[in-house]
Order: sequence, then C-alpha cells, then structure tokens
Amino acid sequence: MRTIKFLLRKEFKQIFRNRTILIMIMVMPVMQLLILPLAANYDVKDINLSVVDHDHSSFSQKLISKITTSGYFRLQGYNASFKNAFQLIESDKADLILEIPEGFERNLVRKNEQKVFIAVNAINGTKAGLGGAYLTQIIGNFNSDIRLQWQQGKGNNLPPIIDITSSNWFNPFLNYRIFMVPGILAILVTMVGGFLTALNIVKEKEVGTIEQINVTPIKKQYFILGKLIPFWILANVVFTIGLLISWLVYQIVPLGNIFVLYGFIWLFLLAVLGFGLLISTYSDTQQQAMLIMFFFMMIFILMGGLFTPIESMPGWAKVIARFNPLSYMIDVMRMVILKGSGWKDILPQLWKIALFAVVLNTWAILNYRKTA
Amino acid sequence: MREVVINTNKLTKRFGDFTAVNEITFEVYNGEIFGFLGANGAGKTTAMRMLIGLSKPTSGSATVAGFDVYKQTENIKKNIGYMSQKFSLYEDLTVLENISFYGGIYGLSDAQIKTKSDELITSLGLQNEAKKLVASLPLGWKQKLSFSVALLHEPKIVFLDEPTGGVDPLTRRQFWDLIYAASDKGVTIFVTTHYLDEAEYCNRISIMVDGKIEALDSPENLKKQFNTHSMDEVFYELARGAKRVE
Repeated sequence: MRTIKFLLRKEFKQIFRNRTILIMIMVMPVMQLLILPLAANYDVKDINLSVVDHDHSSFSQKLISKITTSGYFRLQGYNASFKNAFQLIESDKADLILEIPEGFERNLVRKNEQKVFIAVNAINGTKAGLGGAYLTQIIGNFNSDIRLQWQQGKGNNLPPIIDITSSNWFNPFLNYRIFMVPGILAILVTMVGGFLTALNIVKEKEVGTIEQINVTPIKKQYFILGKLIPFWILANVVFTIGLLISWLVYQIVPLGNIFVLYGFIWLFLLAVLGFGLLISTYSDTQQQAMLIMFFFMMIFILMGGLFTPIESMPGWAKVIARFNPLSYMIDVMRMVILKGSGWKDILPQLWKIALFAVVLNTWAILNYRKTA
Repeated sequence: MREVVINTNKLTKRFGDFTAVNEITFEVYNGEIFGFLGANGAGKTTAMRMLIGLSKPTSGSATVAGFDVYKQTENIKKNIGYMSQKFSLYEDLTVLENISFYGGIYGLSDAQIKTKSDELITSLGLQNEAKKLVASLPLGWKQKLSFSVALLHEPKIVFLDEPTGGVDPLTRRQFWDLIYAASDKGVTIFVTTHYLDEAEYCNRISIMVDGKIEALDSPENLKKQFNTHSMDEVFYELARGAKRVE
C-alpha cells in the first residue's frame, strides 16, 4: 500500500507540472459543453426554397404564402422554368424546388385533385429529408384546409378525420440540448480518461523511465493502480465540472439520484481507464497509442447512440454497439438525468459495465510485462 | 574461493534467426568490478537485460545473487541496482522527489529516505540543486545522480550500462571515484563500457564479439596473453574478427 502512496504522489506532481494537460482537462469540458450542444442542432431551419409557379392563381399564391410563413423556409425567388430553378440547386443556392403545374387551381376546383412536384437537393441528407417532410406536411394541411372550406355549407357531409395528438414525455418541448448535453458529457469523460491513461504509460515507455520501474521489485498491479487512480480522480473532476455547466448553462438538473449517476460513472471510468491501459500495453510510442485510441473512439462515439439511435441501426451494428461501453454510459446518463431512473432501472447497464471493467483491467494487467 | 554472485551457463538470447547472445558462460565474484566490453551490437546490453530480469533468456541458465533468471526475477530485482544507457530518472521531478520516489518503491521507510537523501545530496554536492527539476541538471550530474539512486536500497550488485557515455573525461573520472567508493563498501559492480581506459579500472573484464565472450581475465593477464601494453590492442585484436556490422 505504501508503494501506491509514492506512485500517486509522483503521478500528481507530474500532472500538476504539466500545464498543457491541466488546461486541457479544465478547459476542454467547459468549451465543448458550451459550444457543441449549440452547434450540434437537429432543428432544420432556413431551407432555401425555389418556386416554379406555372399557374399564377390565387390558390397557388395561398399555398406559397402558407409555406413561407411556416418559418422553416426561405424563399429564394420565383423561376420561370424548372430548368432555371435546377441551376439554383446545382449552384447550391436552393435546397428544394416546388413546381406548381399549370391549371393547379382549375384542377383543384373541378377535379378535386391535383399534383405538385417537389425536387430535393439530397446532398445534405438531413436537411433534404426534413425539408421535404415539412413541405409535404404543409401541403397536406393546405389540402385539408381547402377541403374543409369546400365541405362547409354542404351540411353533415364532413370527411372523417382522425386527429392524432401526441405528448412528449421527459423532454416535453423536444429540446435537443437536453438530449445532447448528457451524451456529450459522457463522451468527454471517456476521451479524457481513455487518452490520458493510454498516453501516460506509453510516454514512460518512450522516455525509458518504465525500464527503471521494471527493474524494481514493484508489483505490477500496484504500478497499474498507481496509474489508474490519478486519472480516475481527474475524470471525476471533469464529470463534475460538466454537471455544473449543464446545470448553470442549460438548467439541466438530474431528475434521478445524483449518487446513482456517480456510482455508475465510477464503474464506467474503471472500464474506460482499463481500456486506455490495455492500449498502452500494446503500443510502444505515443503515436501508436494515439492512433489506436482514435480508431476506437470514433467507433465508440459514432456508434454510441448519441447522434443516431442504436435501435435504428442494422443488426450487425447493434451487435457492435453492445460491445461499446460508451453506449451504456449515454443510456444511463439520459435515463438518470432526464427520466430520473434509479439503481433498479440501470442494473442491466451496471452489470455490463462492471464486466467491461473487470475484463479490460485484468487483460491489461496480464499483458503488462515487467520481463519481456 | 570468493563467493559467486553472478553465474551464467551457456546463456543465450535469440530474436528470430538472430542470436544476440550466444552461449555465454562466466562468473562474477562478490565485491569485484567486472567490466563487460564489446563493440556496438556485440550483445552486451541484451546479456545484461537477461541478468537483471528485463528479458527472458532463450536457453541456458543463470543465477544472479543466488536467484534464477527465469523464475525468480522479482527476487533478483530486490538485490540489484540498475542504471540504463538512457537517462531514466523523471525529468519533471526534482532531485529530492526522484530520490524519495525510488526509495519508496524499494520499500525504504520515511526516516531511511530522509537520511539517504541528505547523504546523497551532500556527497554529490547537489545542495543547491536538490529542489530543482532533474531536467535542468547537466548530463554529468544526471549520471552521478542516477548511479546514486541505483544504490539507494543498498543492493548487492549494481549493473551499469555504459554509464559514462557522452560525458567529459573529468566527469568520467569523478564517476569512477563513485564506483570505487561503492566497491569499497562491498557492492559488486557489473559495468559495460566502450572506453578502454575504463577497462583498466576493472578487476576483471570480458570482451564480447558477435554475441560470444572471446576473452575473460584481468586487464594485466589479457595484455600478457595478447603480448601488448594496451587494452586498445587487445580489443582491436579481438574485435577485428567481428562479422556483425551495425
């Protein structure tokens, strides 16, 4: 135990003397939590719309004004032909073209049926998809509005309408920030813990100090604990700073018990640090460790369920996501912070993360060799 | 007969097809200064790494301080000190912090660490540098410091891998004074070097060529054997036969 005291004292002195690392640890969570949730916005606004109106009727005018007043679209102007409008898409000035055919009003009134054409610039898939959907919805509303008008006065002949009302639980206004902030915090903690641990040990390999350690009778599990504990504490500090920011800036207060949250993060950090340690035992240079870590971090982050829900991934991707500790962390963060889940609810995730922690750390200790 | 503290028998290390150390057999006696010479790439460092428990031998056998190099590496480590070719104290810790860290790792008590630190700093004349980061010390002082740190836990044997590489002749001389002082206290010194004048300071030397020990005796006897007056001649005579190029 005394050995660990000396290891910790050394490690903390080195960390506090390394200004860059210290600043990164403190500034990174602050900056990223302030910037990312505002930038990583799922709302699509200001979709550039170009209209080709061949009808020039009062109905076509009504439709266009309904679209522009919705607030999602910015009218880029009227074009005489589809060809002209398409040039706007080609030069990226328009995202959508709405083509209203000649005889729009006449057909609508007489035949009670008319088609309009929407062309979508699908280079930006999200914007195009959402824009197309918004437009379809607005046209649908427009359609039912005029049907309703025409039916009036004809007595009880109203068309049957199923009206769907939905209510959003846990995040009633679908504020994406409430959704994103806990997830981003989870990623931050993972990055800080994982990278710092991996690079720290490999640095000792590069400088050669690890050899001096390896010729001492130190027990390797002590050495590894001496590396784990400081970064475990640091990552907890980062997490706490992050929680404070989400409270102060985004008014996100965990609905659930804060101890449940910390209890989970403590176990989760053991898993992440164990992973960092494992990578360090396989790399000889900081570059190698950095590259390997980046490779896994990309997968962890993009397949962690923060940006795209795991439920909608293909089957094989779901299997990969099951081996991604970050996905459980993001899950639990959202459950505890937004839903107020307790120990019982997060038990499945807790078990899995405990398993990760045990396997990764055992593997790292076994693979760390004092004698090559 | 003096007590044998290092004993190897056909000790071999292979990396794939390459035999870095080829069946070396020798003994080192308690309290002597044993010089381990050889050209670059002759296998000195590899041989030493097997003896200090950093590298597992491919075949052969060896004991260091009575412990087996295959199974009892951790016992060996308690009884030896090591100073590597590369300076390997923590540059971002102060002189005192390095001493206390290694003292702690070797299990010294706080009181022992205190006395040892004072002793060491006085004997090296580092009073003004004790609280400075090691990174700021000149190379010669760093070498002396790491030698002293290697002796902190009073090991029976200390292994020095090219301890005087890159330092000026005066510092080298001072460094050898430290080695003699340790030797006088009964510590066995196992030292590799390139400098043939340093070979003369050793009680016995071995010369490795292409992974094999080609000569082993006291400097006087070797000079007689090769019928020359300088160690340089002895070394050239042997190293000329080397086939390995760096």
